[in-house]
Amino acid sequence: MSDQAAPDDALGRADSVITFEARDSKGSVQPWASTLSDGLRRLWKATLVRRLVILAALAALWQAAALWQNNPLLFPTFTNMAQALVTGLRDEDLFPSAVASLCVLVKGYAIAILLALALVSTAIALPFVREVLLTLTAMFNPLPAIALLPLAMLWFGLGEASLLLVMVHAVLWPFALAALTGFELVPETQRLVGRNYGLRGPSYVVLILIPAALPSLLSGLKIAWAFAWRTLIAAELVFGVSSRSGGLGWYIYRNRNELLTDKVFAGLVSVILIGLAVEVIFRAIEQGTVHRWGLQR
Amino acid sequence: MSPLPSTLPRPQPPVLEARGLTLDYPSPQGPARAVTDVSFRVAAGERLVLLGPSGCGKSSILKALAGFLKPAAGAVEIRGKTIAGPGPDRLVVFQEFDQLLPWKSVRDNVAFPLRAARRLGLREARARAAVALTKVGLGRALDAYPHTLSGGMKQRAAIARALAAEPDVLLMDEPFAALDALTRRTLQEDLLALAQEQGFTLVFVTHAIDEAVLLGTRLHLLAAHPGRTIATFDTSGLGLAERGTAPFEDVVRQVHDLLFTGGALHV
Repeated sequence: MSDQAAPDDALGRADSVITFEARDSKGSVQPWASTLSDGLRRLWKATLVRRLVILAALAALWQAAALWQNNPLLFPTFTNMAQALVTGLRDEDLFPSAVASLCVLVKGYAIAILLALALVSTAIALPFVREVLLTLTAMFNPLPAIALLPLAMLWFGLGEASLLLVMVHAVLWPFALAALTGFELVPETQRLVGRNYGLRGPSYVVLILIPAALPSLLSGLKIAWAFAWRTLIAAELVFGVSSRSGGLGWYIYRNRNELLTDKVFAGLVSVILIGLAVEVIFRAIEQGTVHRWGLQR
Repeated sequence: MSPLPSTLPRPQPPVLEARGLTLDYPSPQGPARAVTDVSFRVAAGERLVLLGPSGCGKSSILKALAGFLKPAAGAVEIRGKTIAGPGPDRLVVFQEFDQLLPWKSVRDNVAFPLRAARRLGLREARARAAVALTKVGLGRALDAYPHTLSGGMKQRAAIARALAAEPDVLLMDEPFAALDALTRRTLQEDLLALAQEQGFTLVFVTHAIDEAVLLGTRLHLLAAHPGRTIATFDTSGLGLAERGTAPFEDVVRQVHDLLFTGGALHV
């Protein structure tokens, strides 16, 4: 076959030549004079570097604004906040609070995702369940999870059970909708390919449906995570995880009561930092999967 | 047409046989007939081409052969056993470029049926995949992901994937229809070269008459609405060397006349 494969293969060869050249030009040796500027330009190309520069600029802006305001009771400086953050983590209960919040989060998230997957798999098999799921999603998606908190407190009292109920509500519906859409959008050809190899039942789901629906599943997981995190912190503002170890929301609320504004800011920044860390994890997963596979740009 | 000197003894057991195949598809007014009473046999090493205008049900027939579609009447048998559903003994090459699984490298795409259906180990499957891909001229693209390949390369990879698993019969559903003319031509030539080398059994669906005469050893002509057999042709003596010669063009013209004047016009 190879000797007759001229035109198509020529195209392919041209493709690979282009990529190799691109690689060469990146790694090629530059003259001394432009090495520094070239290095800076390459550094600027790294997303992490760009983001860090933006964050540093925001911190500087904050510092300047707070110094100008000169009202540490209501608007502490960035450095005050950083100090409060470090002491909070080292000597006070900021770290245990964050861990407590994350523990509840992981529990609620996992329960909701499992529930959603069970619902979606039945919905795919049974058209009626699909109708039920779509109706429920349409009903509950606009209902803010935090609005259920009073009811949850009536039913389950002040404690983890109430937080879990609210979080499951926050995660279940958006993720179920994303997962259902994802599975329904799997290209017909790829389904036929899987069936052609005699795949059925669980192996068909694991080897064909889940990877093919991964872009939707991942974006559903991301949205659900953001909803869960926001809802949890909001719910904790009303009461902590338990009387002994409150979560981050409770930490913020307590310090507001004592007018320790720098600690309030430290709590808020912790919420943001954890959010950013999870975002980075999701990015890494996306880079290694759906971006690499050309399923998402 | 002179008979080939190296034909096997005549009554060969068919690899694949369709008997009175009748297919329906669901429509708002109830089931509509797509194909009615189509019969053919495919012997080992034969290349049967299903040819007809759009609406003649040739793709539906291929789906029934693959086991994706249940016949309303009649049956499909592979090596004497009635087909009950899809299986890796009949691998399909589709027209769509997204038939390669985007989350697997080209090599793993080819190794996938070997592992999923033939139950080979990872190393063995990947080694065989590399051999198959080299044969179709993709030896350089083993670790590329499908989205980085051109359309022609994707179809080559799909053909390699089907060939590597050594099915009883290969089913191809207009695999070259979405390619540009130049790429289509080289792929046709390469497919013929592979067929000569490996002697696989093939059912090939197309609406291009010259492609059908070139690739097939036998043509099965279908008329549309509903799909039904109008004629069969033996084209085993017409290959690459005969392309453009008088006998080749003669068959093309005969087929053309049958399809477009014999009441088989598509609506």
